[in-house]
Amino acid sequence: MKFTLSWVKEHLETGASIEAIGEALTRVGLEVEEIEDKAKALQAFTIARVLSAEQHPNADRLRVCMVDTGSGAPVQVVCGAPNARAGIKSVFSPPGTYIPGKDITLSVGTIRGVESHGMLCSAAELELSEDHDGIIELPEDAPVGVAYADWAGLADPVIDIAITPNRSDCLGVYGVARDLAAAGLGKLRDGAVAPVAGNGTCPVAVRFDFGDQPALSPAFGLRLIRGVRNGASPDWMQAKLRAIGLRPINALVDITNFLTYDRNRPLHVFDAAKVAGDLVVRRARAGESILALDGKTYALDETMCVIADDNGVESIAGIMGGEASGCSAETVDVLVESALWEPLAIAQAGRKLGINSDARYRFERGVDPAFMLPGLELATRLIVEICGGEPSDVVVAGAVPEPRLVIAFPISEVKRLAGIEPTIDEIRAVLSALGFTVSGDAPALTVGVPSWRPDIEGKADLVEEVIRILGIDRIPATPLPKSDDVTRPVLTLIQTRTRRAKRALAARGLVEAVTWSFVAKPVAAAFGGGAAGLSLANPISTDMSDMRPSLLPGLILAAQRNADRGTADGALFEVGQVFKGTLPEDQKIAATGVRRGTATVNGSGRHWQGAAKSVSVYDAKADALAVLEALGAQVDKFQIVPGAPSWFHPGRSGTIQLGPQTVIGWFGEFHPSTLEGLDVSGPLAGFELILDQLPTPRARPTRTKPPLEVQTFQPVTRDFAFVVDRAVEAGRILKAALTADKVLIVGATLFDVFEGTALGANKKSVAIEVTLRPTDRTLTDQEIEAVSARVVAQVSKATGAVLRT
Amino acid sequence: MADLDALESELREAIAAASDEGALEAVRIAALGKKGSVSEQLKSLGAMSSEERKTAGPALNGLRDRIAEALAARKDVLKAEGIALRLKAEAVDITLPLRAGSLESGRIHPVSQVIDEITAIFGDLGFAVAEGPDVETDHYNFTALNFPVGHPAREMHDTFFFNPDENGDRLLLRTHTSPVQMRTMERQAPPIRIIAPGRTYRMDSDQTHTPMFHQVEGLVIDRSSHIGHLKWLLEAFCRAFFEVEKVEMRLRPSFFPFTEPSMEVDIRCRRVGNEVRIGEGDDWLEILGCGMVHPNVIRFAGLDPDVYQGFAFGMGIDRIAMLKYGMPDLRAFFDADIRWLSHYGFRPLDIPTLVGGLSA
Repeated sequence: MKFTLSWVKEHLETGASIEAIGEALTRVGLEVEEIEDKAKALQAFTIARVLSAEQHPNADRLRVCMVDTGSGAPVQVVCGAPNARAGIKSVFSPPGTYIPGKDITLSVGTIRGVESHGMLCSAAELELSEDHDGIIELPEDAPVGVAYADWAGLADPVIDIAITPNRSDCLGVYGVARDLAAAGLGKLRDGAVAPVAGNGTCPVAVRFDFGDQPALSPAFGLRLIRGVRNGASPDWMQAKLRAIGLRPINALVDITNFLTYDRNRPLHVFDAAKVAGDLVVRRARAGESILALDGKTYALDETMCVIADDNGVESIAGIMGGEASGCSAETVDVLVESALWEPLAIAQAGRKLGINSDARYRFERGVDPAFMLPGLELATRLIVEICGGEPSDVVVAGAVPEPRLVIAFPISEVKRLAGIEPTIDEIRAVLSALGFTVSGDAPALTVGVPSWRPDIEGKADLVEEVIRILGIDRIPATPLPKSDDVTRPVLTLIQTRTRRAKRALAARGLVEAVTWSFVAKPVAAAFGGGAAGLSLANPISTDMSDMRPSLLPGLILAAQRNADRGTADGALFEVGQVFKGTLPEDQKIAATGVRRGTATVNGSGRHWQGAAKSVSVYDAKADALAVLEALGAQVDKFQIVPGAPSWFHPGRSGTIQLGPQTVIGWFGEFHPSTLEGLDVSGPLAGFELILDQLPTPRARPTRTKPPLEVQTFQPVTRDFAFVVDRAVEAGRILKAALTADKVLIVGATLFDVFEGTALGANKKSVAIEVTLRPTDRTLTDQEIEAVSARVVAQVSKATGAVLRT
Repeated sequence: MADLDALESELREAIAAASDEGALEAVRIAALGKKGSVSEQLKSLGAMSSEERKTAGPALNGLRDRIAEALAARKDVLKAEGIALRLKAEAVDITLPLRAGSLESGRIHPVSQVIDEITAIFGDLGFAVAEGPDVETDHYNFTALNFPVGHPAREMHDTFFFNPDENGDRLLLRTHTSPVQMRTMERQAPPIRIIAPGRTYRMDSDQTHTPMFHQVEGLVIDRSSHIGHLKWLLEAFCRAFFEVEKVEMRLRPSFFPFTEPSMEVDIRCRRVGNEVRIGEGDDWLEILGCGMVHPNVIRFAGLDPDVYQGFAFGMGIDRIAMLKYGMPDLRAFFDADIRWLSHYGFRPLDIPTLVGGLSA
């Protein structure tokens, strides 16, 4: 909302400076976005007289002028303007001046061999108009040496404030003045409007026709003014409109625009000669359309309110008038409309039609209903004053609603909610200055809400009014009481797990990414998602249409983007939400990592100690298990089962589970079709763990760790090499070995896997080391042999392995 | 005796000439071995008269001891020389560069880091961390927060919606973290102190807006907390978060449907290049919105707004991360560019704590 300093001063008696007013506006909640002070920006431009203008010796179209700037000797200026001639007065800028219209700073220059010490300016160079045909010509009485902006009356700063949706009362300058007066910046002038006597009834009647549907207008006022001359509006009005960025059109239109901004009272004017019959306020009918004042045709429907006559729809109520009945320079008789509209209907119609007019903006936020008729009177007064003419009586359809809200306001509420205790007189003064009616005495005031404040509903709103006017800076900062105990842990299990998983993965050299929560529909479908319920109705693009079922696609795509940018060996992770359904509990936390190229945990690329290998299923497995370890899970309790969902390589992936019903996650290389679908290339390997799937640890009464059991007898190790079918998983061999003697065997590790033709087709050799730990005495050779035999037997039984000899 | 002197000097020469432990051992055997020159002389003692032995005995034993000593001394020298030689041969080029360790390449995203910082500060003041779903209902995102029917935020051009179900109800992506207020109040009786960091979504995509961003909500509900407490809390937070001695704040009256009175908070700052110095200068930077929880919201939670009261605030996590750490562009947060993440990210063990410093 824009207005000028002089404009607000028409409603506010004040000696306050622009700075004080700006500061007060922000303080009371009318945040100043900008104060544009043309006078300040143009301070260096002064009035000067051209003493002489001679032809430039080296350029046909340039003149060399001697200019009297009012200070010291005449200055030589080279000027290209056709109107630069001896005797005229114009605007001069010395070297060092910033020229806004050209975005340059002047310096002393030599133009075609002649020095120029400044510039004579056009209006365009000062950004005052589009006129750049020649330098500004000023009348003979313009005082040489004086700042041009001051002399030309440009010294009226334009203030632009942001209005929050609740403060529709400040969409008019008068409302802003009221807040400033309440804040102690001056005295609000009386804004009451004396009615203008009419001469005879209005010949055009107004009728509401909403049938059995809810009415979209509570009240509608109309009056005819006969015999107007619709010329240009007066300079003072044009200056105001221009200052806030509106283009003056003709007096009648300018008056409606002026009152829209001055009093938050949008009006509409019809050319009475173009209106046929009476006006009907009704819902639009399906199929109706209107050519509006913006030159566009709008299709209307029954949710929209219109004003129609015998010719059809003449105006989109509260939003924009129609071209057919609009006022022009030829208008002689004018119908002036001042009405009230249902804000919600205006908002919906405006949105549907895509019209952002000043009227819509105000009617959807709320106008003062009590000012509907005074607004019509004020418009009449201005029209008669400016355009002449003779007004009829006012005709009103419907009835203006009376404000009824009265709030019982215990003044202790201010202390309770805001922490300060102003006196009852201060409270009374603030509310009265804002136009509330205040009666009663402590402990509670009775407060009547003014018609222009639809935002005020109860006590809390009144507390806001009091503190915003008295100043929120008056409220002292009060320490929030702290617990008198040591701070207790606040994080939940899943929160702690999320944080740990992130640190663990970063410690393994992966870089944390935050990728979009939404992916393209085919991508979601390729990773087990894509359900209709998780598809956005209004995605920002097709690439961001569905909630992600997995973090893998986002990370795989990111890894490819990084490869395209030159980081082929990238390792990325994310710990964040995935969406399995629409319910809150369907949102899970996944910890996911992807490695590309040779980005292994030990480094990547070529190196004198040996080049890093391409990432594989084993790198992904190591990351997944490292996360579980970091979360305090006992890694050997998990089952590692071959295979994973379809987006993984079926032969190079695994599932981590605690049982078939408790799948924690997956790891592996990816299916070639998955990569092709994402248009990415590998090598790539990744894992995904659903942290919510991890069991909650048992609550324990103490934090005591189990005692350390150190065996006094030396452990014994024995190596075994088995030949098995290639398809036999090593995990089964180790597991069988461990179960051969549950007391003596405390470990089994795999130290070699070998395939070769010597072993036979589809065979491999697996070498393991088994550790035996005696408990009470050193083992005899016979005992060791016995256990070894059991290991061989057990492994053979479980896997068909043959001991290699 | 002259013979013995000659022998001794001969042996000493041989010892000195031995260039390695093997040669020295040969000298030892030749002198002190069973048939060594000194040993032979010692054997001759047995055939001597006791008179002869009186002089020859000490002389011979002396010779043997001195030779043994010389041998041992030479052995020590040769051993030291041998070690020195081996060590010299074993020397490697320690300037050969090694691979970067995983702690060196791993990084934590600034959003995670800043959430950890915020949690450390509010955790110390007894705030729990609450959560709510990203996929929300109209009820929690709007209705329960006192958004009127027809509020522009409820329209498709601001909010991401899912397709309506058979009853015409449509879910949405939460536009702010404020729905967690109501979810918390439903779950837990006052007193309540929570923060709720998380992802939020709006139909925005331009230079300074992304369709997804991060917010942190704060909520205090009890029987006494008022704007004075809110003011203190926000000041204390900003001092701790920006790690400055002093912040200057400006609370401006504003409007949110779910708070009354409502305020926006600016902090005094000075911009120096891409750096924002908090607590100095003449600029005011808007950092958050806040207010007393609206009586209607308290009522919606089943509490009496004349008994229970409190405040709420909401802050952009990405935004305060940018202010503190100087990232120029919000969009880069979600681009997963390893160059950006390595530069603006945090080392894996930089875990923010109050005792150790947030970003020390």
